[in-house]
Amino acid sequence: MTLPCCTIDGEYFQPFKLEGEDAERWISSAGPGLKRIEFLVPQANRPEAMAQIETDLSALGGVTSARVNLTGRRVVVVYEDGAIEPQALIDRLGFLGYMARPFDPRETGLSKDDREGGRLLRALAVAGFAAGNVMLLSVSVWSGAQDATRDLFHWLSAMIALPAVAYAGRPFFYSAVNALRMGRVNMDVPISLGVLLASFMSLFETINGQQHAYFDAAITLIFFLLAGRYLDHLMRARARSAIAQLVSLSAEGATIVEGDGTRRYVPSREIKAGMTVAVAAGERLPADGVIREGISDMDRSLLTGESAPETVKPGSEVHAGEMNVTAPVIVEVTAAGNDTFLSELVRLMSAAEQGQSLYIRIADRLARFYSPAVHTLAAITLAGWLVLGQGWHGAIMAAVAVLIITCPCALGLAVPAVQVVASGRLFRSGVMIKDGAALEKLAGVDTVVFDKTGTLTRGEPALIAPLMVSTETLTLAAGLAQASKHPLSQALVREVAKRGLTPVTVSDIAEHPGLGLSGTHAGEQVRLGSRAWCGVEESNEDQGLLEFAFRRGGKPPVVFHFEDKLRSEAAQTVQELKDMGLAVHLLSGDRDAAVKRVAQAVNIDTFVSRASPQAKLAYIDALSKAGRKVLMVGDGINDAPALAAGYTSMAPATASDIGRTAAETVWMGESAFAVVQAITVSRRTQRIAKENFALAVGYNVLAVPLAMVGLVSPLVAAIAMSTSSIIVIANALRVGLGTTTSAQSARQAFDQETDPRKLRDAA
Amino acid sequence: MTGLLYLIPVALFMGGVGLVAFIWSLKSGQYDDLEGAAWRILQDDDTPKP
Repeated sequence: MTLPCCTIDGEYFQPFKLEGEDAERWISSAGPGLKRIEFLVPQANRPEAMAQIETDLSALGGVTSARVNLTGRRVVVVYEDGAIEPQALIDRLGFLGYMARPFDPRETGLSKDDREGGRLLRALAVAGFAAGNVMLLSVSVWSGAQDATRDLFHWLSAMIALPAVAYAGRPFFYSAVNALRMGRVNMDVPISLGVLLASFMSLFETINGQQHAYFDAAITLIFFLLAGRYLDHLMRARARSAIAQLVSLSAEGATIVEGDGTRRYVPSREIKAGMTVAVAAGERLPADGVIREGISDMDRSLLTGESAPETVKPGSEVHAGEMNVTAPVIVEVTAAGNDTFLSELVRLMSAAEQGQSLYIRIADRLARFYSPAVHTLAAITLAGWLVLGQGWHGAIMAAVAVLIITCPCALGLAVPAVQVVASGRLFRSGVMIKDGAALEKLAGVDTVVFDKTGTLTRGEPALIAPLMVSTETLTLAAGLAQASKHPLSQALVREVAKRGLTPVTVSDIAEHPGLGLSGTHAGEQVRLGSRAWCGVEESNEDQGLLEFAFRRGGKPPVVFHFEDKLRSEAAQTVQELKDMGLAVHLLSGDRDAAVKRVAQAVNIDTFVSRASPQAKLAYIDALSKAGRKVLMVGDGINDAPALAAGYTSMAPATASDIGRTAAETVWMGESAFAVVQAITVSRRTQRIAKENFALAVGYNVLAVPLAMVGLVSPLVAAIAMSTSSIIVIANALRVGLGTTTSAQSARQAFDQETDPRKLRDAA
Repeated sequence: MTGLLYLIPVALFMGGVGLVAFIWSLKSGQYDDLEGAAWRILQDDDTPKP
């Protein structure tokens, strides 16, 4: 059932179809006779939407409850089984103007993130509770509790701290054990060792009625470190969930034609070689194949970077991911799933990923030196005290004090705190960083390689000449163009709408694939299409422009020129990058003339045209071999291997799924300036992270000698550790200062980006 | 000093209540939609929509 409804800003869209058995996997039980289904609704981003959806859906018969999650842009509906069909809910949401899609958190890996986050948060809560109470008791001890009272307080502290350490410390213990098993050392090794030794030593002291109990230090340490760990997790989860939302909106099925002519919709994964698929105009091809019936044009821009659609006829080979623009075609599938051109690219991509040397994050690089140094110092302390004849007890206490004081509390926070502030700031301006390593790598980049179509340009053509065309001609041409999905036709219609004109109604419109359109207006024949179609002489000079000719009856024809317009601030972006001392290259699969034109417009000297995906990969590899740290910026399927091969990579949100997945950073919004912004912020982040390291190491330089000579009492340890952590956090907050594009405008950019047609086009 | 016998259990108990309350709120999904919660309080859900 399709309601004749469903518009967003005047654009029609087709509500999602829940088909067959497949529908079952979205639905779960919510008590006797009740079912629960979750939808992803990208347009539910305003509080009014929340109220509207909840009120409206709750009023439907059979709906028990409807609740919107504004942060995740999701709607959870609980309904009586049999009283209402889930499809009716989707249609109703469509009627209200929201494109809804059933959503399974498992599918996007979000629920795993959520569980991980929940675990960390619970551990943080337990550590916080224990740290507070133990600190309360410790303060009494420091302020002079004696003998039996002191022992009582120590015992109480032990009873709170030991279970808390065992519970909240697990993330560190597991990670340390894993690292040791693989024969490596990470930051968690000294952390675990310090915490465990401190706990056991304190327990020993408590049993013997001695005064050196470090319970508060052990648990506070875990608390601070968990805070760092949780921040790190939060940053990755945020970007991932936003990207998952974009990805999960992609199309995932095709209409197959059975031997007896019946048509049936199947999910992409069920398509096999030998099947016959019907592809309507405006749909993407689900698999590689050969055209059996129909003549049409294929938009290959995502695959090859070529901006002009190519005409196909029976016998032509077509590839998965191409968009069918003009007329419906019947395709016989020759390869599906793992055999397609697309999968070939995926293989290239994973090979490129494996070939990349593993990036080691700053904190882990530091850990390589830090852990041995700390353990050596502790051993020296132990030996020194023994040599000086101070006895085992004193020697062990001093050695443990060294381990506690050097526990990388501030170090553990130094980088995550800075990175979470930085990624939050970038997120508000529409740049999503997938993890901390990407942020660190962005700062080290020295060469930027851009793709052309869809990256430096918008990927949709716009009319540039002749601008002085009569209104009559333009509206008539647009009247014809309305009937077509050809990118140039749509550009013409957009231009007319932009000028505030209304296309003239043309009758008898027919689309002639590979040629153009024809129709009748006021008794005259009108034609729009290639030069030959309209009787214009072919010109030999290729200016890198796309063109459409228009002819009305016997009048002289007009040739419209189109250009794939640059993204706003593209030239400025390139200039800024050059000013920052980066080399900028342009690498495109498009024709020479078109690439040259763009390169000149944005002032890039080094450019390569007609590059196949393999050639792009080879180009990036060659640069990397020459010692360059390359930031690849691209959007297409053909860019994916290059994106994976680059030192790091960025893709616009309008990119193909595979491009977005391959890129380490994704930006929302129309402007290319996000690239500059991301690099600037990452460089500043790196600087402040290094400052934080200097602060943390400086603190150790001061504190370690004190610990070695045995001057670090539990009180000194507690103060030193908290102070260093707070200083590091305060310093991290500086990343958020300074000029930012206002959150509001970024928000708007984000909302525009989640516009359904863009999502559909991108998918 | 006998006051400690009451005060320490009281302090621990109150801390424990806070911890349990936090874990409960986490489990019941109260931190899932912070943005929505901020707006929900402004909604007049007791006046029927026209």
